[in-house]
Amino acid sequence: MSEPTNLKSTPLTDWHQQHGGKMVPFAGFSMPVQYEGVLAEHACVRERVGLFDITHMGEIFVSGPGAEAWIDGLVTNRVTGIPTGKIVYNAMCRPDGGVLDDMLVYRLGETEWLIVCNASNHAKISGWLEKNLPADGVDLDDQSDQTALIAVQGPDSRELLCRLGALADRAHEVEALKFYTAFTHEGPAGRWIVSRTGYTGEHGYELYLPNGDAVAIWEELLTRGEDLGVAPIGLAARDTLRFEVCYCLYGHELEEDITPLEAGIGWAVKLKKDDFVGRQALLMQKSEGIPRRIVCLEITGRGIARQGARVLYQGQDVGLVTSGTFSPTLKKPLAMALVEAAISEGELAVDIRGRTIACRIISFPFLSARTKGDPRSERMLP
Amino acid sequence: MVPDDRKYTQEHEWILIEDGVGMIGVTDFAAGELGDVVFVELPEPGSEFSQGDTVGTIESVKAVADLFLPVSGEIVEINEAVVDTPELVNSDPMDEGWLFKVKLSDISEADQLMDAAAYGELLGG
Repeated sequence: MSEPTNLKSTPLTDWHQQHGGKMVPFAGFSMPVQYEGVLAEHACVRERVGLFDITHMGEIFVSGPGAEAWIDGLVTNRVTGIPTGKIVYNAMCRPDGGVLDDMLVYRLGETEWLIVCNASNHAKISGWLEKNLPADGVDLDDQSDQTALIAVQGPDSRELLCRLGALADRAHEVEALKFYTAFTHEGPAGRWIVSRTGYTGEHGYELYLPNGDAVAIWEELLTRGEDLGVAPIGLAARDTLRFEVCYCLYGHELEEDITPLEAGIGWAVKLKKDDFVGRQALLMQKSEGIPRRIVCLEITGRGIARQGARVLYQGQDVGLVTSGTFSPTLKKPLAMALVEAAISEGELAVDIRGRTIACRIISFPFLSARTKGDPRSERMLP
Repeated sequence: MVPDDRKYTQEHEWILIEDGVGMIGVTDFAAGELGDVVFVELPEPGSEFSQGDTVGTIESVKAVADLFLPVSGEIVEINEAVVDTPELVNSDPMDEGWLFKVKLSDISEADQLMDAAAYGELLGG
């Protein structure tokens, strides 16, 4: 089979290929979509611990005396005043309120920040930041090509991370690290960022490493976690894991023609803070009424509604499925859809390749996240 | 190894013909390419189709594939086990993961299908 040859690799690409990773092009990278199989990998993260190579993500460091106020003026959530080590989830919007990307913003020091954006939007966000850069007071340093990113996710992730030799002296800090906080660490090849974040809905961490540390740390995690049942996890399971806990994925629930208020991430939009790009449009949308919303659908008929499937209310088009699959944990077909805000109950259906299949709106999310508190707490099911 | 007791199609289905009735499934290769199968939609027994018709779908977590009828005829039986337990398509695609049976209306159509050697070549030897 022929594949584009100009795909970027990560420090772990050879490892993936040598260990059964099925490689696919993704946002300009060759990335593993699965190893053993999506269902087994999904269960591994929900029940034990899994490793993800997500080096494709973009890491843009921002520094300077003007960085804090400047970033705050470009993102929807409030980042001013947060303490060093704190992480904030954000959308970055166009003036009309459409979402350019969603991203994490880290405060690494008094005047040092890190923006982590999606690989698929990396070039766009770089360009947007450059375009909005003030004459002085703010410096950008895109370290994406030098930075590997390994996610360690699942109820046993804390146990596993504490076993890493390089973090032996800091195991107590790993133990105590709170959700959406991070610390920096001097690793063998340079500075690491150890971050209590993830995209699975499980207790987990993301390790930002210099490329030179990636393979050794990946292999050490697999070796030290053998008794825990650790396994490498591909992008397919990353998608089903985030889907079940209803985390937005850019290109699905988020797009340039969808506002964060419509996408259900209004909790990350602080309309009362000082002006930011998109604020006026979002204020207006809020006062006039948000026209669409993301809903959770259970497909009650037989079929799997996937992205792009039409949602019908009494036979009329009222929206489109943004993400849909068979939920490995709940073992039924589920979907998220962007629909007219007024739609709540009643005769709902999805068009699955020409067939009208019944569905119903259920409560959000499909599966509750276990990112805080006991990593093995009982789940609340809808 | 590609079993030589049956015929194959370009769409990576197999058909095992006995007494004018063909048992149809997808090949090991197809099952591997699809990944974990979670949903199978099969034709109604008693319905009649022509060679090449789309008669159902097979869905994995990530992908949807159409099922094509390799030969014209009447659907005489479907594998209820695979409807209830779609993972049979992954665990045993060439035997217990069979999908449906068709009574051939023109037995000569089977001659147009690939034998094991030809299918092996399609898979790259």
